[in-house]
Amino acid sequence: MPGPVQSIERAAAILRLLAASSGRLGVGELAASLGLARGTVHGILRTLVRVGFVEQDEATGKYQLGAALLHLGTSYLDVNELRSRAINWADALAARSGEAVRIGTLLDGKVLVVHHVFRPDDSLQAMDIGTLLPLHASALGKALLAHDVNAAASIRGTELEAYCRRTITDHRALARSLTRVREQGWAAEIEEMALGEASIAAPIRGHGGLVVGAIGVSGAVERICRTDPSAGPSAGGAARRVPDPGLVAYVRDASRAVSRDLGASRW
Amino acid sequence: MTERYVMSIDQGTTSTRCILFDHSGRLVSVAQREHRQHFPKPGWVEHDALEIWRNLERIAPEALAQAGVTPGQVAAAGIANQRETTVLWDRVTGLPVGRAVVWQDTRTDALVEDLGRAPGAALVPERTGLPLATYFSAPRIAWMLDHTPGLRERAERGEVLFGTMESWLIWNLTGGTDGGVHVTDVTNAGRTLLMDLATLSWDDDLLAFFGVPRAMLPEIRSSTEIYGTARRVFPGVRIGAALGDQQAALFGQTCYSPGETKCTYGTGGFLLMNTGKEPIRSANGLLTTVGYKIGDEPAVYALEGSIAITGALVQWFRDGLGLITTAPEIETLARTVDDNGGCYIVPAFSGLFAPHWRAEARGVIVGLTSYITKGHLARAVLEATAWQTREVVDAMNRDSGLALRELKSDGGMTADNLLMQCVADVLNVPVVRPMVVETVSLGAAYAAGLAVGYWADLEGLRRNWHRAARWVPAMDPARRAAEYHNWKRAVERSFDWTRTGPVPAEDHGPT
Repeated sequence: MPGPVQSIERAAAILRLLAASSGRLGVGELAASLGLARGTVHGILRTLVRVGFVEQDEATGKYQLGAALLHLGTSYLDVNELRSRAINWADALAARSGEAVRIGTLLDGKVLVVHHVFRPDDSLQAMDIGTLLPLHASALGKALLAHDVNAAASIRGTELEAYCRRTITDHRALARSLTRVREQGWAAEIEEMALGEASIAAPIRGHGGLVVGAIGVSGAVERICRTDPSAGPSAGGAARRVPDPGLVAYVRDASRAVSRDLGASRW
Repeated sequence: MTERYVMSIDQGTTSTRCILFDHSGRLVSVAQREHRQHFPKPGWVEHDALEIWRNLERIAPEALAQAGVTPGQVAAAGIANQRETTVLWDRVTGLPVGRAVVWQDTRTDALVEDLGRAPGAALVPERTGLPLATYFSAPRIAWMLDHTPGLRERAERGEVLFGTMESWLIWNLTGGTDGGVHVTDVTNAGRTLLMDLATLSWDDDLLAFFGVPRAMLPEIRSSTEIYGTARRVFPGVRIGAALGDQQAALFGQTCYSPGETKCTYGTGGFLLMNTGKEPIRSANGLLTTVGYKIGDEPAVYALEGSIAITGALVQWFRDGLGLITTAPEIETLARTVDDNGGCYIVPAFSGLFAPHWRAEARGVIVGLTSYITKGHLARAVLEATAWQTREVVDAMNRDSGLALRELKSDGGMTADNLLMQCVADVLNVPVVRPMVVETVSLGAAYAAGLAVGYWADLEGLRRNWHRAARWVPAMDPARRAAEYHNWKRAVERSFDWTRTGPVPAEDHGPT
């Protein structure tokens, strides 16, 4: 078994010191208290500032505990903050794909739509921010289920409601489909929530890779999908449809761009 | 055929941005750099014009590199700029004379007060459509000429040049000391207090009134025409447009017909309504300004209403009160309650702008009871922006005789869904957000592209405009009326606060 991770121990010690202090502390004070080099302490502090656990005062350069620590048990990222940070990328995705864009987050076993960009054809469309979508039958939901343990836990043992013939209602089949989502990094749904409709989505990650939401496009199945040339006709005689690879690439680009903006380093 | 792009330079108050757009008006790449804000004395705000020029020298190649584009693929460049900020520079050395004096700077308040009492002061609003205020450039030029020894003589000899930021950048791009073109456009010239709004040329009476030598002024040109070709930074690229930032946003929002109106929600709010080919004098506290002028076509005018505090109130809620940690959280907090609980906030932090123009007003929170929570306050913060918008829209409707049918919104606060719904509710017209919220940059790009034929006409640009979101009014008319009435009562309570008389004897307490 590997031993304790030294830098995490040190980070914990810094947090304890800051929590016990009545005012802000400087790098020098922290380093002296812990018997560490200033450079070491500075490096740890910078990481703690990045994740929001520590804040640096602009005027004095000294440190104190960050607001993120106080909200550790509640929501990680405010949904309105998420919309504000993602709005330019969501617009760009709508412009490039020509489809409507939605951003969803997990709420009580459902997907809450927190942002909606109209399909850019100037047809009359209604805002559906605040709408709840099923986790197992939407691409946004599947992207969340595949990457967020809390999302997965929220539907465990529940009955998966059938919206259409193609809705996945079996937990084991759903688990298999989510494994694929994890492998490929994106999710899709073709006529699983509504007849004639399809959607594609990818997860949005924050610091450390934590999934905070999902972004995706949705629209008429003829536009979102194309016929899979590698597959023969299905039992019903209709050609098999797969999500359009070009759209998938746009969705993944957008999810990576938003994630980068939120501080996820590897996506 | 190789893909071609249009470059947009947005020289703003806090940063300079360079954005490339493609033929569909889609954003291709962005590079940005902030510059320092200098506050040498209370009320003084300065920028280093040389730093801003150097920032442009860095970001323009960055934007090109990001997109993998060579200057040869750039059809034209357009500039949108912070308005009224005043730069003076030496024609021979190319160096700025002191720092640029920024539009927020109020060092000229005493001078403006003196000028207001001088004979001929009535000429200023009559010819320019603007009130005599510290906001505009001419008093700043006068101040700089008065406070720098020998400068007036040099300016009279044409050795020192004046310009707003677009003039400074165009002069440098087109060669600087080696044959730089010294021009400005009608929207920027129109904010100096030196241009006759009807003839669109420098007015000798106004020059005499402010004591500004004609030799230092740039030539006034259209907003879209080829001013020259860049010889530096992106050599060979034609410079095809310049517009003040708010006019650029009007252009980017494709408000090309009379009555079309946009509002940019940032720290403050700027509403501009296209009023067509004749300037409309406001009887309701609005500014009359040039919207844009395309090549040889007649100028298109606009009415402008500015709101001093919109997003700044949210910032105060965050930084001053500490009730939220990020600005977007205001919406989360506001949604914890169903209404304002009877509470109203009038953010007259440094007086009220349009349509009231009450410098002596100060902010008030009214209707406080023990029932009020921070959620109600958050609602009152958002509603303050909505009701201030309503007041300006009412003034515009009265002045123009046109009734607003739809408001095109842009700027950072459009990400606040509750606010946008609230604006639609109180205006009782739909509010729409365009797909590209960077409307200032887009406007400069559109104007430049138009100058070189990259886009054929305004109709082509209109087709590029796509609705990204639309909020429809859903407020009961009786409630709207009652709330508006309450808001007006709250505003009245902010008036006259700084006009203190002598302290009455009883307030000194028992002796």
